[in-house]
Amino acid sequence: MTDTSGKNRMLLSGNEAVALAARDAGVALASAYPGTPSTEILESLATLGGPAQWAPNEKVAYEVALGAAFGGARALACMKHVGVNVAADPLFTSMYTGVSGALVLVSADDPGMASSQNEQDNRRYAPAAGIPMIEPADSQEAYDFLFTAFEMSERWKLPVMLRMTTRVCHSQTVVTPRAKGLDPLPTHFEHDIRGRVMIPGFARPAHRRLRAKLAEIYTWGETMPLHRRFDGSKKLGIITAGVCYVHAREAAPDASFLKLGMTYPLPYNMIKEFAKSVERCVVIEENDPYLVDACRAIGVACEGKAEMYRFDEMNVDRVRRILAHDESPEPVRPPGKPPQLCVGCPHRSALSVLKKLDCIIMGDIGCYTLGVLPPVDAMDSCVCMGASIGNGLGLRHVLPPDEARRVVSVIGDSTFVHGGITGLVEMAYNPPPTGHVVLILDNGTTAMTGLQDHPGTGVKLNKKQTHKLSFEDLARSIGITNVHVFTGVDPAGFEALVKQSLASEELTLIIARRPCLLSVKKQKAQPKAAAEKTNA
Amino acid sequence: MPEDTVTNVVFAGLGGQGIIKASDMLAEAAFRSGYDVKKSEIHGMSQRGGSVTSDVRFGREVFSPMVPSGEAQFMVALDSTQIDAARHVMRPDGLIFNPEMFLKDGQTFDDFDKNPGSPINRRNLNVALLGVLSTHLDLEESVWLEAVYANLPEKLHEQNAAVFAYGREVGKKA
Ligand SMILES: Cc1ncc(C[n+]2csc(CCOP(=O)(O)OP(=O)(O)O)c2C)c(N)n1
Ligand code: SF4
Repeated sequence: MTDTSGKNRMLLSGNEAVALAARDAGVALASAYPGTPSTEILESLATLGGPAQWAPNEKVAYEVALGAAFGGARALACMKHVGVNVAADPLFTSMYTGVSGALVLVSADDPGMASSQNEQDNRRYAPAAGIPMIEPADSQEAYDFLFTAFEMSERWKLPVMLRMTTRVCHSQTVVTPRAKGLDPLPTHFEHDIRGRVMIPGFARPAHRRLRAKLAEIYTWGETMPLHRRFDGSKKLGIITAGVCYVHAREAAPDASFLKLGMTYPLPYNMIKEFAKSVERCVVIEENDPYLVDACRAIGVACEGKAEMYRFDEMNVDRVRRILAHDESPEPVRPPGKPPQLCVGCPHRSALSVLKKLDCIIMGDIGCYTLGVLPPVDAMDSCVCMGASIGNGLGLRHVLPPDEARRVVSVIGDSTFVHGGITGLVEMAYNPPPTGHVVLILDNGTTAMTGLQDHPGTGVKLNKKQTHKLSFEDLARSIGITNVHVFTGVDPAGFEALVKQSLASEELTLIIARRPCLLSVKKQKAQPKAAAEKTNA
Repeated sequence: MPEDTVTNVVFAGLGGQGIIKASDMLAEAAFRSGYDVKKSEIHGMSQRGGSVTSDVRFGREVFSPMVPSGEAQFMVALDSTQIDAARHVMRPDGLIFNPEMFLKDGQTFDDFDKNPGSPINRRNLNVALLGVLSTHLDLEESVWLEAVYANLPEKLHEQNAAVFAYGREVGKKA
């Protein structure tokens, strides 16, 4: 929303601010796979008319963005924290190749796991991969820091990570955008075989080049304007970064602050001087003790947080407790109502049939994971996107035959494209003695993260039609003997099909194809919504 | 309200009840009035009927986007079963507005929903409760209406202006 006072002020979520900055910074290509809390970056960029496209998974998204940056463009890749695990392979080596244009990776972490399967702290990736990392605290910084990230990336020809967290991504705060953006960079391919072909002989010097660049960035970082120091009371000094800064400012308004904008490489001298200037120095950070360990490693005497505060998000209450050394149990809040599969969701009936047949259900990630909760109660594992198929095959290989015959792998359509295809290849390559049954719950959308299209829907992020991946044809070409598409609503028919497939002891793929109720509603509402917009 | 006070409003309800929309409208009204504004909620699973809360904070300068415990002056609860989950953020003297405040003796929401002439119904309770809230906040009525309109399609403007006005009347009497 825009202010009516004439001032160029907007109220934006952190994700919307990144999208706006991407457009203003002349990004030529932005690629991502959806994942909370990062999803709205590409959706907003697409709404702004920017060059945004969904990739089948985060590895591909990062590789596409890297390719664009090899060609001299400014490129953006966005993903949730666990997405970086998927993209980690190209990420690490892209630090050796560097880029010709500029590449920014947005990693959106989810402390407290509002909608994630783990609480990993992706700040650890920065030193591991050697990628410079900057952390915005609010939407204005998300906007500004994306520009800085591109400037850094262009100057050192290295990818740069903008590390966000759920509260920064989803909170709306006031943003004043730049009056003038950047022109897109001219694109062109320049051969640089030693620089980009990472065979050991070329990679060895490339690693040294990376370390030399990081040393330069370290020196620059000591004077960097993104770090901010506030000299308040000498009694208490707080070192912090990202959203923890605003919580801490509120909890301790009189304290001195060192707010770090770039958290890899860290400005060691700045930290040492700050710590020396105060009587008590406390590091406030969410999740892992990343900053406090780094401060201690350089001999800075500082306090961190008790282990109990590693879990879940930081907030003002918790900062107050940490500063007061309060390690008493935190008040227990009444639990909210958990989300559930929508009434009439097609996943419900399919999973209920597996439950009825006493299947061992290797599950996956998506709306259907909610089928683990009562009343459906039908899921035995959920690890990461695509794991259902490998997990199911592993079980089939080792279990006694009468148990092995009950194992089924259940996976959503978007998840199948993301990480399930290679599992199916494995199934044909190393078939278990009792065969196996994979069930794709094809509801025609990525429902969990808010109804995004994917290669299996044949529609792009900009809503244009494109090639539609056929799971049936794919499975047959992979070598799966039995491929069934079930579009019925009749549970008895579905039950008979599953029973027969389990009994056959062959390799079977069942595609249960029924649209997500919410996506049907949305599609019906869409033409209307568009008409409404033109009225307004 | 003194210059340096931050106004904290927490919205509580279930997915699909219009919590996010209502908190957007308040944030927009405060934003259009020139305040620093922060608004925060957790997205993700809300569309599937789970608990949803949204925090809106405004004032001269706001730091954290989340209301600290015991500091909310107001709660707008679109579902009274969800009040307890957010109660810890309320100041002891904080005010809670919930749908039941519109019911007279023996009335139920079915009575409203069935009667087309009724000023409010279950679907527009969020705007009605904003009307109540508006009588406690120092934001211009015209700015409120701009904020409500900005978040709704045009064909719903007139009806929601009436719903908002109804909420204001109830708020003034309460
Ligand atoms: C590596 C990784 N990327 C993204 C996500 C976020 N995410 C969770 S489930 C899911 C896809 C769900 O779609 P689908 O498999 O079609 O199931 P549906 O929700 O439609 O039932 C996504 C994108 C994740 N958990 N891990
Ligand atoms: S959003 Fe769609 S897939 Fe998810 S629970 Fe509802 S109907 Fe099922």
